[in-house]
Amino acid sequence: MLSLKNISVKYGSFAAIHDINIEVKEGEIVVLLGSNGAGKSTTFRTISGLSKPSVGEILFEGKSLNRVSADKIVQLGIGQCPEGRKLFPAMSVQENLRMGAYVHRRKKDEIKKSLEHVYNLFPILRDKKDDAAGSLSGGQQQMLAIGRALMSKPKLMLLDEPSVGLAPLIVEQMFEVIQQINREGTTILLAEQNANAALKIADKGYVFENGSIVLQGSSAELFANDEVRKAYIGA
Amino acid sequence: MSKIQRIVILGLILFAIVFPLISNNDYFIHVMTLSFIWMIGVYGLNLLAGYTGYLSLAHAGFFAIGAYSLGLLTVKAEMNFWPALLLSLIITGVLGFFAGLISLRTKEHFFAIYTLCVGYIIYLVIDKWDSLTEGVRGLIGIPAPANIGPLSFETLQSHYYLVLFFLLLVVLIMYRIVHSLSGRTYIAIRNSEDLAQTIGISTMKNKLTVFVISTVIAGLSGALYASFVRFIGPDIGSIAIVFDFLTYLLVGGLGTLSGPIVGTLLIVVLSQRLQFLQDYRMLVFGPVLTLLIIFYPRGIVGTAAAWGQKRRSSVHKTRLNNLPEEQVKEG
Repeated sequence: MLSLKNISVKYGSFAAIHDINIEVKEGEIVVLLGSNGAGKSTTFRTISGLSKPSVGEILFEGKSLNRVSADKIVQLGIGQCPEGRKLFPAMSVQENLRMGAYVHRRKKDEIKKSLEHVYNLFPILRDKKDDAAGSLSGGQQQMLAIGRALMSKPKLMLLDEPSVGLAPLIVEQMFEVIQQINREGTTILLAEQNANAALKIADKGYVFENGSIVLQGSSAELFANDEVRKAYIGA
Repeated sequence: MSKIQRIVILGLILFAIVFPLISNNDYFIHVMTLSFIWMIGVYGLNLLAGYTGYLSLAHAGFFAIGAYSLGLLTVKAEMNFWPALLLSLIITGVLGFFAGLISLRTKEHFFAIYTLCVGYIIYLVIDKWDSLTEGVRGLIGIPAPANIGPLSFETLQSHYYLVLFFLLLVVLIMYRIVHSLSGRTYIAIRNSEDLAQTIGISTMKNKLTVFVISTVIAGLSGALYASFVRFIGPDIGSIAIVFDFLTYLLVGGLGTLSGPIVGTLLIVVLSQRLQFLQDYRMLVFGPVLTLLIIFYPRGIVGTAAAWGQKRRSSVHKTRLNNLPEEQVKEG
């Protein structure tokens, strides 16, 4: 469905990621592991079109994304839930969700259905639908960010560190919901530092270090790998 | 819109309508009409700077383009006022489109500086293109708006109502834009362009649309000015005018719907009151404006709105605090 072939991205002369190869098949959950600054977010920025690769090619359903602008990429079916729960803080929860359906803005009925879908997934958002997004708690903001990404009805959803800064109990819920979204037919590419929780739901993973992929394999393989255990699971 | 807001707005409109009837002083009506014209221009600037986050300093230039287009079409081409007005808006919009196409490749302060230059170039062209604009001599004898059936706009009062009509029209358009998906799209762009793009907003297309709308509104303001004052010189395109606009907007409240009205009215009235100080007025305005920007960057309306919101949410919070423990656990 999505493949990154020999992708390098430079910020000035600094190579943020170098020679990355990633393959995501339809229906999978794929996790990118790595510490801060390892290149996960740059990879996401590149897939969503905000940064352009200096070398390599990105293919989505057989079509090259190299020359497609970020807003067109959303129309093609790649939805992004950016790192740090970037919401529109002054807008209400419902307005945030409606903004997420921007690419479907002419299809009023569909938006209503998607709203229902998100509210069923995150009932707390329905209760708070008229509150300003900025007034929500961290977990609720993350739910809203995921909900907003869902509103564009993506075929592939990019989730950048959904668990960061959340209480363990909420993290668990978050991953359950991600799994549910995946079961309903959305392919998921996930960046995480919480390897333990992420590998439990993922099909396969890639480990980033200093802008390169140093390890890849099925979840089970990575989970059993000593280095991964040492670096990310702490056991 | 709450009930109180509706009453206040209706009251203000009513006051604006009866104002010329209760005030026998032509001078007041003249000042009021001019303020309305400035307000329209400030609304143009507000849509771009306040809602989309792009501070354009070229707006005096587009104000002047609107004014000169109308002046030249009515004086030199001897066109009827109404088609000339429409045509001047189109001219301003087309020039705005091309200016925006280039300027919007820059961002933030670069955009401000770039548009400052664009505005200055417009001023220079008007000032130096003698054969078309009459240069420093200015354009004289711009006619009052032509009659529409039995309605004539020869008198000061009738002109006042005409300008008021356009002001209300602009406010209504702004209200509709701001409370539509387009308005939220512009706010999303102001928030973060990256984020806007990742939910599928074509930022360039939207920014350009706003730029054109806001220049057209500045042009409308200029055209109304030309037909009201009947004489225009290149000075109306000077940098000083755009900073006047900006001052009105900052004092009133950037990115608020009533900010342009509040700010313009306040400053215009104040500067009329302080006229005995002549140019030393600026000694008063300068420091006051600086303090305002340091302590109340959202202007009068923005600050008042924030206070209102704070009060409401603190009422909400105390109510929450009074709830039994288990009901508040969520979060």
